[in-house]
Amino acid sequence: MIAPDKKEMVNITLNGIEVEVPNGINAVEAAALHGKEVPHYCYHPKLSVAGNCRMCLVEMGTPMRDRASGEPILDEDGAQKIGWVPKPVIGCATNITPGMHLRTESDLVNECREGIMEFLLVNHPLDCPICDQAGECRLQEFATDYGRGYSRYIERKNVKPKRTRLGPRVTLDDERCILCSRCIRFSQEVAKDDVLGFVDRGSFSTLTCFPGKELANNYSLNTVDICPVGALTSTDFRFKMRVWFLKESKSVCTESSSGCNTLVSSREGVIQRITPRRNDLVNDTWMTDSGRELYKLVKSDSRIRRPSFQGSDLPLDDAISQAFETLRNKKIGVVASCHSTLEEQFLIKRLVEKTGAKVFIRGHFGEDDGILLSADRTPNLRGALVTELTTHYPSDHLNELNDSISDGHIEALLVIGENLQESGVNEDNLKKVSLVFLGTHQNSTSDGADVVLPGLTVFEKSGSLINRSFFLQSFEQAIPGPAGLMTDFKILARLNNLFSEDSSAPSELDEIWKALSTTETSVLKGITFLKIKKGAIQLDGSKWEDLSFVEKEALHHLPAGVTAS
Amino acid sequence: MSVSTPKERRIILKHADDPKYSNRIGCYLREGGYENLKKAFSMKPEEVGEEVLKSGVRGRGGAGFPAGMKWKFLDRKSGKPIYLICNADESEPGTFKDRQIMYKDPHQLIEGMMITAFAIGAKQAFIYIRAEFHEGARILEQAISEAKKAGFCGNKILDSEYSCDLVIHRGAGAYICGEETGLIESLEGKRPNPRIKPPFFPAVLGLYQCPTIVNNVETLCNVRHIIEMGGEEFSKIGKPNNTGTRIWCVSGQVMKPGYYEFECGSLTLGQLIFDVCGGLRPGRSLKAVIPGGSSAKVLRADERFSGTLKDGTEFDWGLEDIPLDFDGPMAAGSMSGSGGIIVMDDTVDIVEAMANVNAFYAHESCGQCTPCREGSLWMRKISQRMCSGGAREEDADLLLSVAKQIEGRTICAFGEAAAWPTQSFVTKFKEDFIRKATDAPKERDPKSLQLI
Repeated sequence: MIAPDKKEMVNITLNGIEVEVPNGINAVEAAALHGKEVPHYCYHPKLSVAGNCRMCLVEMGTPMRDRASGEPILDEDGAQKIGWVPKPVIGCATNITPGMHLRTESDLVNECREGIMEFLLVNHPLDCPICDQAGECRLQEFATDYGRGYSRYIERKNVKPKRTRLGPRVTLDDERCILCSRCIRFSQEVAKDDVLGFVDRGSFSTLTCFPGKELANNYSLNTVDICPVGALTSTDFRFKMRVWFLKESKSVCTESSSGCNTLVSSREGVIQRITPRRNDLVNDTWMTDSGRELYKLVKSDSRIRRPSFQGSDLPLDDAISQAFETLRNKKIGVVASCHSTLEEQFLIKRLVEKTGAKVFIRGHFGEDDGILLSADRTPNLRGALVTELTTHYPSDHLNELNDSISDGHIEALLVIGENLQESGVNEDNLKKVSLVFLGTHQNSTSDGADVVLPGLTVFEKSGSLINRSFFLQSFEQAIPGPAGLMTDFKILARLNNLFSEDSSAPSELDEIWKALSTTETSVLKGITFLKIKKGAIQLDGSKWEDLSFVEKEALHHLPAGVTAS
Repeated sequence: MSVSTPKERRIILKHADDPKYSNRIGCYLREGGYENLKKAFSMKPEEVGEEVLKSGVRGRGGAGFPAGMKWKFLDRKSGKPIYLICNADESEPGTFKDRQIMYKDPHQLIEGMMITAFAIGAKQAFIYIRAEFHEGARILEQAISEAKKAGFCGNKILDSEYSCDLVIHRGAGAYICGEETGLIESLEGKRPNPRIKPPFFPAVLGLYQCPTIVNNVETLCNVRHIIEMGGEEFSKIGKPNNTGTRIWCVSGQVMKPGYYEFECGSLTLGQLIFDVCGGLRPGRSLKAVIPGGSSAKVLRADERFSGTLKDGTEFDWGLEDIPLDFDGPMAAGSMSGSGGIIVMDDTVDIVEAMANVNAFYAHESCGQCTPCREGSLWMRKISQRMCSGGAREEDADLLLSVAKQIEGRTICAFGEAAAWPTQSFVTKFKEDFIRKATDAPKERDPKSLQLI
């Protein structure tokens, strides 16, 4: 991978105009910084440079110097002569040096692009009408922008395998493949699961899996994202939807604490797919396959769609009142959640302060894959620390709660999404307490709750989360929630108000953030929701560096006290 | 012809046709073998390099780059091990010189390699031999084991502190394995996809990303003779900038095809074809010559070549006047390449000849980069259609245009190798291509030879 030195800026001449770019970045990136597109297929900013598509050919020259003396060679006007390389060079492998001259719009460059486009299409099936990539296909885009517009090819096209199953989630059409090798490099360099390769040679080269292997790793769908053409397609998304109908909403993956930035694509309130969104500080351009499946939870059978009181449905307003009645004048315990957004956690904390309730919180842990699936399988454990819901690192059970109930210290519980039975609270104890459940999906705890308040999934609400590296990130609502429901923090604000009639709790994101950001000692001081929306904000996590976080060293994550390997 | 044809001067192939000479080490030692290795070991490695630089010997693999200069580019500061690779993947159609050396005088190559390894400081050397040379690999294996036993190669060479192992690596059966960086990839056990330059110049980032020198068989053999004669003396053979001898591999429609070793520039193409090779078959006339392996641009028999040479002398040559060295064919707009001279007489259907060349390059393209991968197969499909009765008048221009879209835009020189034949055949014999469309029967003549 090209490692640009971002600090030092140098001057180059791009199409005759002097511009400033970081030293050492490649010509494709340098031109892009100044609004000049250098079309490319095989080059990907997060993968090694292969230089095989030849679409990014540009003209390059460097100021001439006398070989013997090192003195600049001048032309008649006294300017330093430019030694243009006689052949076009590939922009992706041409790193900027001070004084470099680049032409990205010359006749030769245009001719090169026309030629490469023609070559790429001679054996391409041109089956756009039935191709999933249509609408987001680089071949379509560059053929329109840089192609000749007509074909001179009258020979037979090559025949290659169609509809090959590369793995459980990826389907390959070899005839559409332009052999850019992005998927191969991704598998080797990022997923570290080297299973793809080319067989045969020349124009008959074919992408395939190694014998006995399949593309089954948890990052396989990234190959579909980076495939510039319709060769690799998602088996899940295949033939479902034309991409130009999709509405894209910026979201954050809640699968684990890595906090991958995502785009949730939906049409008419139905999510069709989730794809990664580039963030060079967090997830580059990748995300897990398992994270892409999360949208299926929205329509899951176990989804809680209606508020209920002792088994019978009732309007949400009444349910909130019932919740208040169930909890008031009792020794309250609150089971908070690391799945809640920062804003929700803030309101839970406020509720706890108003009621004197005792807070219990548990973590959910799994294997750390060292890439983007971290051992902490909740998106916002650090939010619970920042909002001071807890000062110690959550363990994976609620035994303490069980003891408190046994000892009679807890008479009523507000549970946010957790399954208490699976967290070490025994059935008999649960029967002793009154229970209010706020969550998105049914579990044995919600089944036994007196009041059930339906929550919204991450796709149906807005908020913010703090990832494993203490990056504060926001996500936006992608689709509307089920009819008649209210976003979680509004329910919590209502509950807050019922418990403390003298002061009203903030019930809009801006208001919540006004409260969050004014605490003098908080790491959130001075932050507004608008600011988070503009991009991830690095928080100072040094206050918690003594806690033993479970995350290992991974892509863009270095645990405190660990030096990069 | 005004000057009489010179005699062959065999340096590299001195013993090639000697019935009393075998490829065993005994014969080689009898003829003064490995004496030059001893001589080289009495010198400092830099001095050996200096002699090679002084000799002006140019690479015999095709590009003709000065070998001494190549060694100078070697990155010695990195601290990484240095590798020496002998490119014995001789696969350019029309070339068969390295094979003669390896089959008939393998120790000459081993000695040259060990001197070179000593000069560049390599601890490991490879001979990457063409897959089809089964027998050659066997002969070389035997020769290496003989040389190792005698202490000329391997551990503590000539009882010095210097050791360099030498192993044979059988090629992967593809033309592209002969491309320097493709060869390195193949040697590493991968597909021989040539690497992008920059950054992967072998002298800096070669085999296993270590500094590597890749030289042709004939070049490495020359090193032995340079040490024997001294660089100064070697540079007097041939002409300035074209030093030493060259082995010309003549094939095609001449009476005596074969390999001939001459001092560079000592004879002309005409002398080689008509005197040395016994001329054409009776009643035939010369139509075209490919002077440097199939990737070199074809020369037409009735062409005139004029211009100014590098040294300032003006020239005006017919095909037969082209001097046989590096610069002569270059001045005529083609190249001497690997020395494979293919002669075609008037019975050759020039379109079919080109179709065969195109078929070769389409088959051998590695498929890594777009222009070569798609362009070479497209040209093949066009030319085969033309030979099968489907020619159109516009095909000539289409071929030229496709070739132009390949040339200079690929990762390695294969692009040029595939484009130049088409460009030259079509430009120089356009009437033959037009005639295919206008006059030729709409079906392929069943008597004509099968296309590749």
